[in-house]
Amino acid sequence: MTGIAHAPPRVGVEVAPEGAPAGASGLSPEEYAAVGAALRRAPNTVELRCFAVMWSEHCAYKHSREVLRRLPTRGAGVLQGPGENAGVVEIGGGWALVWKMESHNHPSAVDPYNGAATGVGGIIRDVLAMGARPIALLDSLRCGPLDDARSRRLLAGIVGGIAGYGNSIGVPTVGGELAVDPGYRDNPLVNVACLGLVRTDRVVRGRADPPGAVLLYAGARTGRDGIGGAAFASAVLDERAEYEDRAAVQIGDPFAGKCLIEATLQALETGRVRGVQDMGAGGLACAAAEMAARADTGVVLDLYRVPLRERDMAPHEVLLSESQERMLLVTSPEDVEILAAVYRRWGLEAEVVGRVTDDGRFRAQFDDALVVDLPADLLTHAPARHVDPVPVPDPAPLAARGIAAEHALLRLLATAELAGKAPIYEQYDHMVQVRTVVRPGRDAAVLRLPEVAPAGLALTVDGNGRWCAVDPYGGALATVLEAAANLACAGAVPLAVTDCLNFASPEDPQVFWTFARAVEGIADACRALGVPVVGGNVSFYNEGPAGPILPTPVVAMVGLVPDVTTAPTVPQDDNLLVLLGAADSGLGGSLYAREFCSSLAPGFHRPNLHTAGRTLSCVREAVQRRAVALAHDVSDGGLAAALVECCLILDRGASVTLPGPVDTAALFGEEGTRVVCVVSPDDLTELQSLAATHDVPLSVLGHLEGDRFRIAGPDERVAVDLSLGRLRRAWMSLGCEAG
Amino acid sequence: MIWGVVTFPGSNCDRDCVHVLRHVLAQDVREVWHEERSLSGLDAVVLPGGFSYGDYLRAGAIAATAPVMDAVRTAAGRGVPVLGICNGFQILTEAGLLPGTLLRNRHLRFICRDVSVRVESARTPFTQRLDNGAVLRMPIAHAEGRYTASPDVLRLLESKRQVVFRYCDPDGQVLPAANPNGAARAIAGVCNRAGNVVGLMPHPERSAEGPLGSTDGRQIFESVLLAIAGVR
Repeated sequence: MTGIAHAPPRVGVEVAPEGAPAGASGLSPEEYAAVGAALRRAPNTVELRCFAVMWSEHCAYKHSREVLRRLPTRGAGVLQGPGENAGVVEIGGGWALVWKMESHNHPSAVDPYNGAATGVGGIIRDVLAMGARPIALLDSLRCGPLDDARSRRLLAGIVGGIAGYGNSIGVPTVGGELAVDPGYRDNPLVNVACLGLVRTDRVVRGRADPPGAVLLYAGARTGRDGIGGAAFASAVLDERAEYEDRAAVQIGDPFAGKCLIEATLQALETGRVRGVQDMGAGGLACAAAEMAARADTGVVLDLYRVPLRERDMAPHEVLLSESQERMLLVTSPEDVEILAAVYRRWGLEAEVVGRVTDDGRFRAQFDDALVVDLPADLLTHAPARHVDPVPVPDPAPLAARGIAAEHALLRLLATAELAGKAPIYEQYDHMVQVRTVVRPGRDAAVLRLPEVAPAGLALTVDGNGRWCAVDPYGGALATVLEAAANLACAGAVPLAVTDCLNFASPEDPQVFWTFARAVEGIADACRALGVPVVGGNVSFYNEGPAGPILPTPVVAMVGLVPDVTTAPTVPQDDNLLVLLGAADSGLGGSLYAREFCSSLAPGFHRPNLHTAGRTLSCVREAVQRRAVALAHDVSDGGLAAALVECCLILDRGASVTLPGPVDTAALFGEEGTRVVCVVSPDDLTELQSLAATHDVPLSVLGHLEGDRFRIAGPDERVAVDLSLGRLRRAWMSLGCEAG
Repeated sequence: MIWGVVTFPGSNCDRDCVHVLRHVLAQDVREVWHEERSLSGLDAVVLPGGFSYGDYLRAGAIAATAPVMDAVRTAAGRGVPVLGICNGFQILTEAGLLPGTLLRNRHLRFICRDVSVRVESARTPFTQRLDNGAVLRMPIAHAEGRYTASPDVLRLLESKRQVVFRYCDPDGQVLPAANPNGAARAIAGVCNRAGNVVGLMPHPERSAEGPLGSTDGRQIFESVLLAIAGVR
């Protein structure tokens, strides 16, 4: 074996000509030279294709690796942080949650239905690969403004794909968000988070260990779909992408996906699985090389034993195909038949396709010829690329135009961000698995966990490209606080964050600076809240022919609700509307600025982490004690929108008097961590004492009443007086065509 | 009594049904694999929701030919209560155990939300505990739930009291706006001539526990307990 380790692989494979393929493979000339120097020979064409995929930005995090080190990844209960298929956090009673979010942006731009569907399939297998049953999905979607038919078609395809896959495999989609901007028109964002549940003693990892073990291929057959998908995800889309890059998009088979979940969980139950990884980006090559590198072992793959869907597939196609619904298991030779029988019972393939060695090499044989022979850790450790960041100057302040408050409110309620999302989430099965206690449409979804009753988990996903465009650091920080506020409104203590960092080309020094600042914002907010980031992904090169997307870090946060079994307080007509928290009122980055100003400026007041933390603690405690009937955080559309949303949820009107001047910023400014609470007069004293304990400003704004929604100032001048019906009609603007 | 819950590859509400029967109603449950050929010893059988065999070809069409369906047919012939929920309903119509068929929803999209249904026939083992006209709140979650049959069959269903559930508003009024999928005569569930085989689109297993929002669905399972006790 060792005799051939350094000899250039031979039979049937061309040696790549010196220098020439660098452009074609996606490697830079420097990277190509680094490969040659490490190997002390030129790579052959199969090896070069492996490098092109494994050293792509998508797989290798070349630009982001250094910056990501700033994120806090440890904390009490974290059993597995970043670096594995998904993060794992203990929740007590011998159980742990598994948490991971990934982007599927480029595939969804080219083929919205299949791109989004395989985004769901891919993230589910990441969670499954930790040994967990997937129990919920969230999706964060961004596309062009919906007055454009192409954007509506794209969104309909994306929602259809998520529904088509998620519904079929029986994992509920319990929440999500939607935002629009012209920058997302040609490059939509599809970020899908998956939550899993696993016994702490059943967590498995993606490790090829020990030497002598075999690699068992399990699941669907391998075809020619998604070849080079990871490399495709690491380049800017051009006008022809919709037609020419279709082969780089995988096609999902949810039925096989469902069978793969059940079969894999049964296989894990046997206790005979040493390691698992799904074959996602980079296919078999990436899975096998990463498993070997993590365990500091080697692997030899027998490519001719891979179950194929098509005949005459070339070695590089077998290695790099991103065909869906496939897992790679590590087991001892004597246990193979037991595991294979489980998969065959579910109508799936199960074949030994290689073995684990102790020599640190990643090798592949095809028809007895050695076609790849590389150091495994060379494949998995692409050299970092360094960019000198250049700060983006602050946008110039702009005066807001004066718009009648009622008109502005109605128009804001009808935006994709604020409008009721029922036309979308009703297309998703959000109840299967009988855990969904709080359904989509609220601040956070809540799932019950009979495994650790009476506790449950609350989950939310949030992003805000507008805030980050104005101030990448403050915007990212506010995004984390927004997620934490959504959890607090459900009474949940944050446990873990997973993020998708969606940006344009990192080779642009200003984009790189924006990225680095946003990561710092997430890091500082997570540190202040004491929440670890347990995984996620980076998606660069999100640009269309018209330009880059808004910088869009998306944060998914999960938290523990101590008791989900007691019914919440039922709101009554005399209930008060109370605001917890205070803000520097400003319109920077707000939905109002987008709709009514010529830019997203002026300015963005960064949230204060200390006051925000106190507000969130206060809200959480109030909700847990049932001192409030409803809590809802102030976000898109500002205080006015938050109040209207409370009224729409409760189907009751309200009369509100703001303590200060009723100007545009007071009504529609989105800054600061603030929460609107609906409180029974009997519970007001308790809430006041909680607010005093936590040193949180509290103001009683008004009360529920009738079927009209009124906002007045201290001078009793009425700024808004609209019927609930009119507000609801504006809010229900998302047509069926949007989903 | 012993319940059987059938799992086809692609079923995804099987675990939910087993959970409700075992942990909410404290029943004995046998999990039945689609390749089994005998259901002897079972007092009632549930065909759960999901996407059996991916629902490729047509919802329920492939599952209707599974080995276990011969055993379901035999059991149904012996008078064993058989309940098809959602995909299970589709399978029962495809297998010819229930009349009619379930087409794509009127709006051609999957739809998941709470609906109200009115009990139209309290003579089945699954509705025996309920009164005619009772209104139940249960979720639906399907893309192919628009019940359809020929005019003759529909007339016969009505005259033989084989319509078991009809979509209605929360007050029990059968109105077009309360019909979520365009089903003929707002039909949400039907039974066979003998009444022991019932299919419905809403999910009783998702509305059997308070924290999930409704306990109305539990009565459908509890009715069977009453029915079986009556037989003994």
